[in-house]
Amino acid sequence: MVNTSVTLSGLTLDNPVIPASGTFGYGYEFAQIYDINILGSFSFKGTTREPRFGNEPPRIAETASGMLNAVGLQNPGIDKVISEELPRLRQVFHKPVVANISGFSLDEYAQVCERIDREEGVGLIEVNISCPNVHNGGMSFGTSPESAAEVTRAVKAVTKKPVYMKLSPNVTDIAAIARACEDAGADGVSLINTLMGMRIDLKRRAPVIRNVTGGLSGPAVFPVALRMVWQVYEAVGIPIIGMGGVSTAEDVIEMMLAGATAVEVGAANLVDPLASKKIVEELPLVMERLHIENLTDIIGGAHHG
Amino acid sequence: MTDAQLVIQSNREIGKNTYEMVLTGETGEIRPGQFVDIRLPGYYLRRPISVCDFAPGRLTLIYKVVGHGTEYMAGLTPGAALDVLTGLGNGYDTAPSGERPLLIGGGAGVPPLYALAKRLLAEGKRPRAILGFNTADEVFYPEEFQALGVPVTVTTVDGSRGVRGFVTDAMDGGYTYYYTCGPEAMMRAVFQKSVTSGQFSLEERMGCGFGACMGCTCRTKTGHKRVCKDGPVFVKEELAW
Repeated sequence: MVNTSVTLSGLTLDNPVIPASGTFGYGYEFAQIYDINILGSFSFKGTTREPRFGNEPPRIAETASGMLNAVGLQNPGIDKVISEELPRLRQVFHKPVVANISGFSLDEYAQVCERIDREEGVGLIEVNISCPNVHNGGMSFGTSPESAAEVTRAVKAVTKKPVYMKLSPNVTDIAAIARACEDAGADGVSLINTLMGMRIDLKRRAPVIRNVTGGLSGPAVFPVALRMVWQVYEAVGIPIIGMGGVSTAEDVIEMMLAGATAVEVGAANLVDPLASKKIVEELPLVMERLHIENLTDIIGGAHHG
Repeated sequence: MTDAQLVIQSNREIGKNTYEMVLTGETGEIRPGQFVDIRLPGYYLRRPISVCDFAPGRLTLIYKVVGHGTEYMAGLTPGAALDVLTGLGNGYDTAPSGERPLLIGGGAGVPPLYALAKRLLAEGKRPRAILGFNTADEVFYPEEFQALGVPVTVTTVDGSRGVRGFVTDAMDGGYTYYYTCGPEAMMRAVFQKSVTSGQFSLEERMGCGFGACMGCTCRTKTGHKRVCKDGPVFVKEELAW
C-alpha cells in the first residue's frame, strides 16, 4: 500500500489533489457525478467582499492545448458565500476546504479573510493576488514584492488559519515575490495563476474575448508552471501548492518532484468533469509503477546537490 | 449529466453548411431543449450542440459549420466514437404552453424545437412552427416538422423561399404561448412583438457546459445566471431585454 497523504502547514490531506479555484464552483456540480470526498481538498470559487458579475461576455476562448478565460471574479460576495454556499458545500464535502479570496484593497483582503477565519470548515486560506482579469486589484498586488508582502501582512494579522499566497506568473521574477510573501509571514505559496494572453477573431478583426485579454490555462502552460514551481522551491522554505495545466497523475508527480507539496487541478475539470477523480484513482498506481512508497518523500526530489 | 461514449450512425449535410448527425449508445436521460457537449480529438474545449431529437439509445444533433471544431465534426464518418456529455441545461418547460403553442426558430436555432414539437404533440397540444433562414439553400427540416403534423411557415430574408422577411413577419396572434431559439437579434425581435409569455433558449461561449467555470453567465431580472446550467432556456419575464 502506498501512502498518498501530504501535509500543508499542519493540515493533512489524504492525497495532494485539489481542484483549483474557479474550475470547481462550490463543488455541487461535481458532487452530482462523483463523491468529491475522495479529493485531498478543493479550492472554492474566488470570493470578494461585494457580489460581482465579472466581465462582460464573451469570457472564454479556446487555444492550442488550453483555453483563455476572463471571467473576472464573478462571485456572490462573502456574505452569501458564508450564509448560503458554505452550508450547502458542507452537505457534499466533509473535509477542510481551501477558501480562495480576493480583493481590490488591503482593507478588503483583510475583511474577507477575517470573515473566513471564523468558518470551521475552512482549512486553509488561499489569497489570490494574481487575477489577470480584473482592473485596479487582483494581479496588481501580486506583481511587486512590496505589495505582495503588504497583502500577506494584512491577512496574517486577522487569521490563525494557514495563509497561502497565490502568485502570478506574469512577472519577471516570481521567486522574489514568493520570498517577499515568506518574509511577510505567509505559511505557503500557490502557483501559478493563469498567464495573460489573447486571441483575435479573424472574421470580426477584433479580440475574441470582450475584456481583450484573458488568462491562459490548460496543458499549454504546464512546463511554464513547472519551471516556476522549481524556481520558487529553490527560493523559499515554505510549502508550495503547484498548479498549471495538470491533467494526469504523472503531472502531479512531476509537480511534486519540482517542489510542490500539493497540486491543484484546474482547466482539466472543465473539459472532463471526472478529471480530478481519475487523477486521485490513478495516483497510487503511478506511485507503485515508479516505486514511490510515501508521496512526501518525493517533494523537491528532482533538485540535487 | 451523463458522460457518454456514443457512436456515429450517420452524418450528412442537410442545408448549406448544416449537418445532421445521428449517434447511438447509452445517452442517459434527455429533455427537449437540453444540449450535449462534445469532446473532439485535437481540440481542448468541448463543443456545445443542442439536441434535435432523441429516443432511448439514440440522439440526433444538427449543427452548423462555423469554425475549426464543427468543420472537423463535418468530416467524421459513421462508426467513429465520440465522448459526449449529455443531458446538459434545463430544457423547455411544456407546462405553460396552452393548447396552441408557437415554435419560432432561426437557422441553427431550429433543431431543439423539433424534439419540443414531439413532446408537445405527445401531450395533446397543437404546436405550429415558424422557421426562419437567410436564403432557400439554408432551409432544413420544414418537411420533418410537417411530417409530425406541425403546420410550418418558412421565412427567408431574401424571399427565395416562403415568406420574405424575418420570423416576426410571420407571427400573428393565434398562439397561447411560444418557444424560441435562434440568433439573439431575432429573439429580441420576437420578445418585442410577442403578445404572450414564452421561453427563450440563449447562447453564449462556454468553457465547461455544466456550471463550473462561470464563463457563460448572463444578467437576468432574477440575478446572474449561467446559460449552461441555469439555462439555456429562460422565461420571458426573466430577461432584461
